[in-house]
Amino acid sequence: MQATSSLRESLVTGGKTVHDVTQDICSRVEDKPNKTWLGAMTLSLITLGIGAYAVFMLLWDGIGVWGLNKTVGWAWDITNFVWWVGIGHAGTLISAILLLFRQKWRMSINRAAEAMTIFAVICALMFPALHMGRLWLGFYWALPLPNTFGSLWVNFNSPLLWDVFAISTYFSVSLVFWYIGLIPDFATIRDRATNKVSKAVYGALSFGWDGAAKTWMRYESVALILAGLATPLVLSVHTIVSFDFATSVIPGWHTTIFPPYFVAGAIFSGFAMVLTLMIVTRKVYKLEDYITIYHIELMNIVITITGSIVGIAYITEFYMAWYSQVPAEGYAFLNRMAGPYSWAYWSMMTCNVISPQLFWIKKIRTSIAATFIISIIVNIGMWFERFVIIVTSLHRDYLPSSWAYFSATRYDVGVYLFTFGIFFTLFFLFAKFFPVINMAEVKSIIKTSSEKKD
Amino acid sequence: MTEEKYIFQAATKKKLVIVGIVGILLFVAGIVLFPGAEHHGEEHALISVENTDLVASSDETPAATEGHDAHAEEAHHGSSTLVKNIYSNLWVNNVYFAGLAIIGLFFIAIQYAAQAGWSAGIKRVPLAMATWLPIAGVLMLVSWFVVGHDVFHWTHLDLFKEGSDTFDKIINAKKGMWYWPLTDNPSAIPVFFIGRMVLFFGVWYLFFVWIKKQMLAEDLNGGVVHWKKARTLSAVFLVFFGYSSSIAAWDWVMSIDTHWFSTMFGWYVFASWWVTGLSVIALIVVMLKEAGYMKIVNSNHIHDLGKFIFGFSIFWTYIWFSQFMLIYYANIPEETVYFIERLSSSNYVWIFFLNLILNFLLPFLLLMTRDAKRHMSMIKVVTPIIIVGHWFDFYLMVTPGVMQNKGGFGLMEIGMFLIFAVVFLFVTLSNLAKVPLIAKNHPMLEESLDHHI
Repeated sequence: MQATSSLRESLVTGGKTVHDVTQDICSRVEDKPNKTWLGAMTLSLITLGIGAYAVFMLLWDGIGVWGLNKTVGWAWDITNFVWWVGIGHAGTLISAILLLFRQKWRMSINRAAEAMTIFAVICALMFPALHMGRLWLGFYWALPLPNTFGSLWVNFNSPLLWDVFAISTYFSVSLVFWYIGLIPDFATIRDRATNKVSKAVYGALSFGWDGAAKTWMRYESVALILAGLATPLVLSVHTIVSFDFATSVIPGWHTTIFPPYFVAGAIFSGFAMVLTLMIVTRKVYKLEDYITIYHIELMNIVITITGSIVGIAYITEFYMAWYSQVPAEGYAFLNRMAGPYSWAYWSMMTCNVISPQLFWIKKIRTSIAATFIISIIVNIGMWFERFVIIVTSLHRDYLPSSWAYFSATRYDVGVYLFTFGIFFTLFFLFAKFFPVINMAEVKSIIKTSSEKKD
Repeated sequence: MTEEKYIFQAATKKKLVIVGIVGILLFVAGIVLFPGAEHHGEEHALISVENTDLVASSDETPAATEGHDAHAEEAHHGSSTLVKNIYSNLWVNNVYFAGLAIIGLFFIAIQYAAQAGWSAGIKRVPLAMATWLPIAGVLMLVSWFVVGHDVFHWTHLDLFKEGSDTFDKIINAKKGMWYWPLTDNPSAIPVFFIGRMVLFFGVWYLFFVWIKKQMLAEDLNGGVVHWKKARTLSAVFLVFFGYSSSIAAWDWVMSIDTHWFSTMFGWYVFASWWVTGLSVIALIVVMLKEAGYMKIVNSNHIHDLGKFIFGFSIFWTYIWFSQFMLIYYANIPEETVYFIERLSSSNYVWIFFLNLILNFLLPFLLLMTRDAKRHMSMIKVVTPIIIVGHWFDFYLMVTPGVMQNKGGFGLMEIGMFLIFAVVFLFVTLSNLAKVPLIAKNHPMLEESLDHHI
């Protein structure tokens, strides 16, 4: 048995036994849906319905229903895309990178975080697809498929195409990683199932898992290989998203710090979303012994670190715009701070740079209410970050006669709502029918890292 | 097993002295054999002629002409090529070895902040490396006053004289970066620049003293109080380091190519320092282990160090690639000039590719497997490659900006590197011998002893 320093706080409290873990997690799946869940599900389905109307109108009338104009050709669509992809980073970071760093505290949050990753990436994928206006042609525009349209072929020089490859690879690996982790837990639910339907369904889902030593051995080596694959992938995804902007010659977009700074921002927003979801889940499912204040504190520290990295990057960009003495670059940054979109810039600075610094105070980073509020503020800030980068850099281009102001229409908002509908519908389905905590992994740390019963 | 003290033996000292003497001999040989050294009198005339050639030839690459009229003028002020070469080389080593010291402290701070357990047994090695900090600070400050005028283009005051033909609008506009509060009337001393240098080394050194105090008090008193204090100090240090390391990189390295800019540069220098520091830590740990010390360190700890080196070699490459690719792709003359300078000169182009081979390709391939990371023999192969490789990385950041296309690599460079390395090791090892080699009361020590991966 491994030694654990007395300095380490318990990761599982309440003197849980191995059986308690099974009981606490499986019963959420086995119980009938409660009222809170039904209410939440109804709400997300309504959001999805409203959003679906906006999507229908978008496809029927074309993207003219959005507020885009000839100067600002990219706005909410790409903002939302980058925002969702960024959120999608936390799951893999928690399960892969923290696995490589042997951080045991990841074990009770990785399942839900990975699920969140997959749903967030699905939401993100909506935007590149929808912004083409004609979904049915999208495959030819986005994938290098042989076609009969003459010379129509994808542009391999474009980072937008690299995005298609990076994100689809990332999605596949995350899905496989998440699913493999679920198999032993599905088998546990299967073995406990009392009715025929769930026995059959969870039986199929668990791929005939037998729990033999050999099976476990294979399971562990697959997890390690997938973690090794997912680590460079998670970093590459937002790197390539940042290339979408940084390879161009638009002031405010072209800057070399973008790749690592985007990755830090993605982790920042991803952890905030994990916290938002986990704080609700732990309350509704009474998982306080598994997702402890200590877990929340550690996630808050990750938010402070990544928030500070993002802050340093903002300052670096701003300083370098002056240091370069390139007039267009300097103007782009002054325009951010004091131009027509300064409200967006200052929202971003307040939410992203100032709010996470509050976590230096122990009382705040261990307070559930404060954490919940700040986690939402951070994600608002990260949405504004992308909006600031995209819209403020575009709206005043080289030709002052074509300067324009972008205002969102109800269809911009509607399509964004649509992705919220998808996200929450999927997440609530997951929370009801799948085990929200990785039982097998949490059981492995019960002996070393849990509070003992007196 | 946890009571150990390193003895800096006479035999080791003798070896270091011999290497140091070899370094001096190589350095002197390099000066004697320096091309053109015998005709000292004609040096000035010769340089101006060559510089005219440079301006003419660089017309083919429009980007490279940017700022070169200013460079041609520089020959009038500058020292002879030989002296400039020595100065440039001195600055490379200053920045490189200062980096090793600061990474020593950074490594410790990260271990505390992350509450790492595995590293409890090896922390005295980076601590000893960080004792180089005050020496690095003094060396850098003193040598700045010697080499500054030849290394840093922006120290030429005629750049700021409006109306003169050497006036440079761009550099003039950003002189506040170095000369504030004397911005309107730049004097010979860039107050703001020097002030920052003193501040950074001063604060880094203070944190080093404070953290070290806690670490040593823990040896005597035990308990977790010192560990907790050291953790708080580390967290505050890391915040300061986050800003100061980037600004230091802009000041000490990026401003050499005075017109050029890249937002990534601060993190690029950090990545280079960090992976070199990790390699030096690993190499010293392995050497100590081979000399019979560090009994509590086993292949699991070596594995972790190996993973760090492997991972951060890739990280450095990631930063390198991102910076290069974005500049290449956007193809803006103000930015590409930096790489054109390095790729179009036969003096640098081989180093440009060697840099990638030594710092990415070799560590990546050699440390890929689990076994490679666990064996001391492989660590002993890879870490010197990285240590030398990143010296070349810094060489390539500094030299072309100072020497234009005349920077060379020869005995002199090898000699000075050896001299610096010997003095650095002398300081590190003699300080390592002053304190117990193992932090026997470290609250995470048991985890480290039990470490198994």
